[in-house]
Formats: sequence, structure tokens, C-alpha cells
Amino acid sequence: MAPSTDTRPQAREVPEAATDSGPETLTFAKALNAALADEMAADPTVVVFGEDVGPLGGVFRITDGLTARFGADRCFDTPLAESGIMGMAVGMAMNGLRPVVEMQFDAFAYPAFEQVVSHVAKMSNRTRGKVKLPLVIRIPYAGGIGGVEHHCDSSEAYYAHTPGLTVVAPATVADAYTLLRDAVRLNDPVVFLEPKKLYWSKETVDLAALRRAADEALRTGGRISGGIGTAAVARPGTDATLVAYGPSVSTALAAAAAAEAEGRSLEVIDLRSIVPYDDATVDASVRRTGRAVVVAEAPGFASVASEIAARISERCFHSLAAPVLRVTGFDIPYPAPKLEHWFLPGVDRILDAVDELQWDEPDAPGSTAAAGTGTDPR
Amino acid sequence: MTISTGRTPQAAVGAESGSGAVSALLPSDVPVRLIDADGAAHRDSRYPLPAGDLLLEAYARLVAGRRINDQANALVRQGRLAVYPSSHGQEACQVAAAAVLETRDWLFPTYRDSVAVISRGVDPLQVLTLLRGNWHSGYDPYEHRVAPQATPLATQLLHAVGVAHAAKLKGEDTVVLALCGDGATSEGDFHEALNFAAVFHVPVVFFIQNNEYAISVPLKNQSVAPSLAHKAVGYGMPGERVDGNDVAALLSVLGAAVQRAREGGGPALVEAHTYRMQAHTNADDATRYRSAEEVQDWVPRDPLVRTRSYLRGLGLLDDAREEELAQAAEEIAAAMRNGLNTDVDPDPMALFEHVYTARTTQLREQAELLRGELERDAAERDALAPGATGATGATGNSGTAGASR
Repeated sequence: MAPSTDTRPQAREVPEAATDSGPETLTFAKALNAALADEMAADPTVVVFGEDVGPLGGVFRITDGLTARFGADRCFDTPLAESGIMGMAVGMAMNGLRPVVEMQFDAFAYPAFEQVVSHVAKMSNRTRGKVKLPLVIRIPYAGGIGGVEHHCDSSEAYYAHTPGLTVVAPATVADAYTLLRDAVRLNDPVVFLEPKKLYWSKETVDLAALRRAADEALRTGGRISGGIGTAAVARPGTDATLVAYGPSVSTALAAAAAAEAEGRSLEVIDLRSIVPYDDATVDASVRRTGRAVVVAEAPGFASVASEIAARISERCFHSLAAPVLRVTGFDIPYPAPKLEHWFLPGVDRILDAVDELQWDEPDAPGSTAAAGTGTDPR
Repeated sequence: MTISTGRTPQAAVGAESGSGAVSALLPSDVPVRLIDADGAAHRDSRYPLPAGDLLLEAYARLVAGRRINDQANALVRQGRLAVYPSSHGQEACQVAAAAVLETRDWLFPTYRDSVAVISRGVDPLQVLTLLRGNWHSGYDPYEHRVAPQATPLATQLLHAVGVAHAAKLKGEDTVVLALCGDGATSEGDFHEALNFAAVFHVPVVFFIQNNEYAISVPLKNQSVAPSLAHKAVGYGMPGERVDGNDVAALLSVLGAAVQRAREGGGPALVEAHTYRMQAHTNADDATRYRSAEEVQDWVPRDPLVRTRSYLRGLGLLDDAREEELAQAAEEIAAAMRNGLNTDVDPDPMALFEHVYTARTTQLREQAELLRGELERDAAERDALAPGATGATGATGNSGTAGASR
């Protein structure tokens, strides 16, 4: 391999996608695997490493087959040391490669925290943009899989609080593919949070079309349209907005479906990336609905959910019919598997919060009475 | 042990390979010394004495390095530098670290290695940007292949391993020299860096400047290893000890380690025994943890003195040449004074640059907030300036103060 030391975006030769197979049923895990394989095929500077990511293919098989296909120089196991993995990635990125490293579990990423906060996040700023670190930190993350202690943390606030880091949390199979390819391509370091409970979820997606879109962006040296930094309206609605990301999006969608049966129309915003945060999409929704609930698994105190609630309150105050509420994990260490059900935000807890949004205030700007939607306030 | 410059693959260290393979990795019983404190040369069959012209060149850099340290200390006292961790007494290590590298190689320095960075060719004023308080790093790391000076301990050793690993994958002929102090050997990243370097067999030379103190904590409270160089054997790489005040021995030992790495021999660990003659920084009070007698013991071992004695003995150095070297060092010091006595106000709007490649909407809003504050401040200054009418600045500004909201 002879990668350039120039890490600026540039047009590259991209092999044509093998076949256009049209819509297919794909797991979240397989979409991530395809994204890594496609980026490695397109760019010889992309290298993948971490614990057990080589012949085993990672404990969640996200790197399955990459060593066999691209060789042990491109996808390899490291000694068992997360700070070592992260620090080595910094140096490799300094010297012209695009490392994609795997932290085996959310809580196992903490030994690398100093490297992430003091170097990964700051190198560009420290060197006035002379040294860019185009690297991706993949972290299997959050709970809901009955995992034991240290395998279920929602650690996004630590990273989102650190300027210089881009923090991404996909919630759909299509986004798993597209956002990961976008992350590998970005010239800034990305913390890529993969909700573990979604790894085996399946959706019907047109992978060939997603691949063509990503390859086209690569050919022109541009970013993928709808990539990192833009939130999505996962479900349109008119009465209140649920803001969620990563593992909480499916829960919010389930809550919206249940609310519909009760005659209440909830819009669900999937943030897709926590940093950069898409104020515009969230604000537009809340200004329209007049009510908002933020849903996230992490403990709520000093959390990403708190930041979102504060931003909405500051920026949409005159459109709000009720205080912005948060439905989050409790402020406790992640519980044992038999207790996690009581910890995680669920449909009922979300609907209870929605019920609290002052539907009976006739003068409130976004109230059902004022909006005249005819929804029956319970 | 000897750092071989041959192409022999690194010995496999295992039960079957016996104690010979292990002992081949062990450092010398006493630090390698080629020129003693009296300036007398000592033969070492493993490490040749560098030629006189090379040592004369090194001596010129030692003189410059000492002057740079002294000038920087003075600039701290004058308030022109916020802080300066001096390498006074360690100049031989600083000079040798830069001298053994080719242009294509990389140097990974710490905060105390300003003289090494300058010796590598980086402009002193750019180096002092960090300590002056203008920005975190003032030079382009790619221009001279010098990483930003690292303030956290031992973290940069892993970056060095990564640069070397990438170089190896790309087939580049690049060796990386990574510096750290004795205190940093207690950090986890020191361990991880040496282990990664050995496992991936990458061309890194780890160079510990053991100056006896980690701020106030003496080495005996830091490690009870036979020597810090002995740690190398645990990772399966050779370790070596060298007199850190003997620039000839440093050039020879570090040079051999660099050449070995360049030829595919893998990483090595070199420990230099030296002494931090001054306090940790100007904010430190060394009298609280070490005696004046202890410091005085190291004065006769000064790296400049012994090199000067040796070169004078060879007839390569006389008063006239000494005067030339002192004059050259004085010119560097004068450039430092002139540069630092000129106030350069960093642009506050630069705060928002290079955090992300593309500024986020939140940073754009915050930049507008600061811009409004700056404009308001400027208007107030204009209004207070002698001869100002007063009204124009304040009126022009009132609309922008709350613009970001």
C-alpha cells in the first residue's frame, strides 16, 4: 500500500459496485460490516484495528472477513490495551492513514479516555489545523441486551462534552451504513456509537443505492448528502415532538405508534449525530408542535438529554405550551440484567411524560384547544 | 548489552531460547561513558567514539542550548514567558536526540525538550509560542517532523509508535525517536507504548532522560527496577544505559539504536542518567526536596565542561573558536529577546478555528457572540480615546451586542 500523507478530501478512484441487487433484508451489524469493507476497498489508507477484530471478526462480528479480504496489515488485532489502541491510532492518523478502531464495549473504552480527550479531540486545535486526525472510534454502546456490568453504559455525554469530537449514534440499518462511511471519510475524529441492542435488528434497505450514493460522494471528494450533522424526522406528527437518538429512537417510535392509537400525533426526531447537533430540525419541529420530550437511556443528570432540553427551552420558549420534559435512565450505575427493564426509558414512561405536557391549558400557544386539533385531552 | 547495528532479527525470548537471549537484551552494568568528567576519552569496544568534527559540532549546539535555557529563564523573570521547564544540565541529551536523526525521521518531545526541538531546526520563537501563552503549539509538526511538545506524560510515546507503524505499513524509511522522563515511566501509556512497539516490531527508539526527579519525587520513590533501561527486557526489546552528560556516548548509543531500528531491528529503550540542575519550572522550589550539596555534586559533571576539555585536548577548540561559538549562541538569545519583547496579541476570533474542519452552527453562534463583545469593547475604547466625539462607536455597536440571541 502506498497511501498519501495528504489527508485532505480528494477525489479518488472507486471500484464500481459489484452488482445492483436492489432492496434486501440486512442486519444493522451487516450494514456496518459492509460500510467498513467498502471504505477499505475504496481507500488504501483505511486501516481497522482493535481487540479481537482480526480473524475472529470482533466480538459482535462487525469486522467479519476484513482480515481475510484485505490482509493483516489492513485489519489486525492489537495487544489488550485501549489507551494503546487509541494512542497508536493518533500517530497513524498523523502519518497519513485513516484508522478505524474498535473499543470492545462502552465501559472498556474508559482506559483510552485520556488519549481521546487530551489528544484525539485537541490535536487539530493545538496545531492550528496542521495535524488533522481522520480517525473513527467505534464503540458498541448502551444497554437493553441483558449485559452484565461494564457492558451497557451510555457514555455519549463524556464525548459530546469534549470539543473537537464528532459524536454519531445511528438508529437505522441504512444510517449504520451511510453514517459509518461518512465518519471514515470525515477529516475530524468521530466517536461512532453503535447501539448494541440494534446489531441484530433487520430492515429492508437498498444497499446498492446507498453504496452508489457514498461512492459518488467519494468520487467527487464531497460529503454524503444527509450524512453526519443532519437529524431526520423518523415519524411525522403534529401534537408533540419526541427527540431521541441511537437506541432510544425505536422506543420513541413505539411510543408514537401507541399514542396514535390513543388519538395523539407524536413527531419523532432521530438526531443521528449528537455533535454536530442539528438545532434547526429539532427547533422547527418543536415550534410546530409546541411540546417536546427528550428520550435517552443515559442517566439524565448533566446529560445530552439535559442539553437538548435546555436548548429547546432557550430557543423555542415562545412556541412552548409546556416545559420540555426528559425521559432518561435513572441517576444510578447501569443495573443488573434482571433490573434493566425498570431502568430503561420505555413506551409507558414516555407516554406518561407526554401526558404531563399541560394539554388542559386552553391559552397555551401549542395547546390542543388553541391548535384546535380536536385531540381528546386525557 | 550492545545495540547491534546488524540485520540479525531480534532474538526470540522464550523458555527454549535460554538465558542468553534474555541477557542480550539487558543493559550494561554501568552507564556507557566515552568521555569522563575530566574530559578523558575511554574506549568501549561496543560503541565507537564519534569523530572530533562531529563532537565539535555537538559542542557548538551544547553552547547554544545552554544559552537558550539561560535566556528563557531570564525571559520568564521578565514576564515575557509564562513558564519555562529548563533542561539546564541535560543539554547533551537534547543535542544528541536531534543529532542522531535524519530529516525524514520523527522526533516526539516533551515540554522540557525545547532545546532538542530547536536543535532539530525549529525556530526558537515558534517553539516558545506554547510557553509564551499565545497558542498550544507554534510550529508545523510536518515541516521538521517534530510532534507538538507533549504536556501529559507518556501519551506521546504511543503517538510515536503509531507514526512508526504507519511508516512501516507504507514502506517508508522513517525512524521515530520518542522522549520521556523518569517519572513518565510509571505511567500506563509508557508500558503500552513499549509493548505495542515490540509486538508490532516498529522502528521507534524510546529515550528516557532520567534526571532523578519527577517535579519533587526522587527516582527511588518512582521505581525500584535495577535501572529504567532494565524495563526493556520485559517487552522483548534491548535496553541500554548511557551517561546522560556525555554527548559522545549519547551520540554513539542513540545512533546505534536508530540505525538498528532503521535496518528493521525493531524498537529499543535507552536510559540516560543525567540531572535536572534547576527547579522543575520557575513555579517550583527545589530547596524543599533536595539539598544544595546534592546539586553541587553534579556541577563538575556538566556536559559542556567535559566536552570542552576533550576538544581542547585534541586541539580542536581554542579561545578564538570558543568566542565564535559564544557569539553564535548570543545571536540566538538576542533573537529570542527581540522576538519575545515584541507584543503579539493573539486574535480572540481564532478561538473558534480548527476545533472542527467545518465550524458547527453552535460555534458559529458563539463566534458571533464574541465578535459582538469585541466590537462593543472597541467602540468603548474609541469613545474614551482622546479627541473622540464619543457617540459614534457606542451607537454603531448597540445593535450587535445581542445579535447572537
